[in-house]
Amino acid sequence: MIPDDVLFSKTHEWVRVEDEEAVMGVSHFAQEQLGDLTFVEVPEVGATFQAGEELGSVESVKAASEIYAPVAGEVSEVNEELEENPGLINEDPYGEGWICRIRLDGEPEGLLSPDDYKSLIEEEAH
Amino acid sequence: MPYIPHTDDERQAMLGTVGAGSVEEVFAEIGEDLRPRSFDLPEARSEMEVVKHLEFLASKNATHVTSFLGAGFYDHYIPEAVDALAGRGEFYTAYTPYQPEASQGTLQAIYEYQTAVARLMGMECANASVYDGGTAIFEAMMMAVRSTKRRRFVISEAVNPIYRIMLTSYTSNLDLELVTVPHKDGVTDVEGLIAAIDDKTAAVLVQNPNFFGNIADFERVFAAAKEKKALSVLSAYPVLQSVLKTPGEMGADIAVAEGQSLGLPLSFGGPYLGIMACTRKLVRQLPGRIAGRTQDTEGRTGYVLTLQAREQHIRRAKATSNICSNQALCAMRAIIHVCLLGQEGLRRTALLSMERARYAAERLTAIPGVELLSDQPFGNEFAVRLPMDAALAIDRLSMRGVVPGFPLGRYYEGMEDCLLVACTEKQTTEDVGVMAEMIGGLVR
Repeated sequence: MIPDDVLFSKTHEWVRVEDEEAVMGVSHFAQEQLGDLTFVEVPEVGATFQAGEELGSVESVKAASEIYAPVAGEVSEVNEELEENPGLINEDPYGEGWICRIRLDGEPEGLLSPDDYKSLIEEEAH
Repeated sequence: MPYIPHTDDERQAMLGTVGAGSVEEVFAEIGEDLRPRSFDLPEARSEMEVVKHLEFLASKNATHVTSFLGAGFYDHYIPEAVDALAGRGEFYTAYTPYQPEASQGTLQAIYEYQTAVARLMGMECANASVYDGGTAIFEAMMMAVRSTKRRRFVISEAVNPIYRIMLTSYTSNLDLELVTVPHKDGVTDVEGLIAAIDDKTAAVLVQNPNFFGNIADFERVFAAAKEKKALSVLSAYPVLQSVLKTPGEMGADIAVAEGQSLGLPLSFGGPYLGIMACTRKLVRQLPGRIAGRTQDTEGRTGYVLTLQAREQHIRRAKATSNICSNQALCAMRAIIHVCLLGQEGLRRTALLSMERARYAAERLTAIPGVELLSDQPFGNEFAVRLPMDAALAIDRLSMRGVVPGFPLGRYYEGMEDCLLVACTEKQTTEDVGVMAEMIGGLVR
């Protein structure tokens, strides 16, 4: 369930770098831990974030948690669909369930490769 | 008997266990300067003596006065059934309804209350209530700060001064700017408010009817706020909402109210009921409890506290408010009261109160030297200028069993000769006549 064209943060966000921009969302593992999502708080277009800064939040039937920016930059687009259908994150976390696009501010740093992330969640599962 | 569960032997045993020689030693950690010097309490008395003393104190109250006091709190008639139903043990000692499987009755009552509030205010969502009307205003303003990320409030001076003082006190340690737009002869200055709303404004706050009883339509103010991406907060009077244009119809984002007029006795200032309602868009910013209707696994209707991620027991640092309780029993009284009166009854209460106020205005302004503060429409309350000090007039009449109103000079400089007169369905035309005659006798 881990695609090989994305990088991960330790806080379970994924990021797909496409030249100057990156698309981000939360990982399959994260949505599984949260359960059925009921609400996604997405950032405003034009908002800027440092890597690791809080960018939004997700609420599920059993918990709520923050989403952190995996990379530094400015939000260029948000997934409007999530307002009506937060479940897209459960159904397709790496595709239809994307959260926002970020115009990169420098090179992404400190992200995990799919293999490293796999080890991380295996550790967390124990 | 002393109402202390521990015997001397038990106290000694406890001290032995913790290794202290005396109770004093247990609290030795707390410095002398941090301890209260005295609780200023009289010596203990027997139950019989205490009851006698309380009866003596109670006898000092003037219980048979005709009162035209309003100023935000109104003496409406409360049907006997409200006491009888709200006094049932199931409601009276209700457990916090966080476990829906044990609290369906309480949760459904809150849900029905929220429905009534939302309909009365013309809004989409309501919470289970907060402490009182002033708290509701503060919470509404904080909703605006969170959702706009701005820190400036534009407030009409015609909003109840008690609430404005509360707001100032609540926000004194927060980095917020409160801009007050003066009233004009008791009328809310719509143009002044519109001019004061800028692109740094989090919210504009107005009241309808305002503190002086004046009724207005704030649609233009709210449209101006929307244009600047600020939120609009309207403080309303629930009984009159049955006949007035609702906050929702005016385009308010948040509607708040003091719910005392819905089945709660004045009772020396509390406990009261803070009503809060808002648009669906803002529901996640709404503080406190919200009851929702849902279905169980077998498809049966059930009620739960919903959207709890806003609350402090889920994400403390992220909670919308530190309010995690509600005025459940007061809200219960309100929903019972509203159900007993029904739409038509509530409307008739409002119309009767307004009719009486018109008659009172007519009688008072017939006295030479007494005039209305403004010619603008009013609800069940209005302000008059007297040819004398209003507080003095109130003192004189009170001694003879009539309280003619509220002295506006207490909160508004230069209005020492202004009297704020409120009527409900409880004042008869005779009551109004007697009061007017007495005022006439005073000023002649």
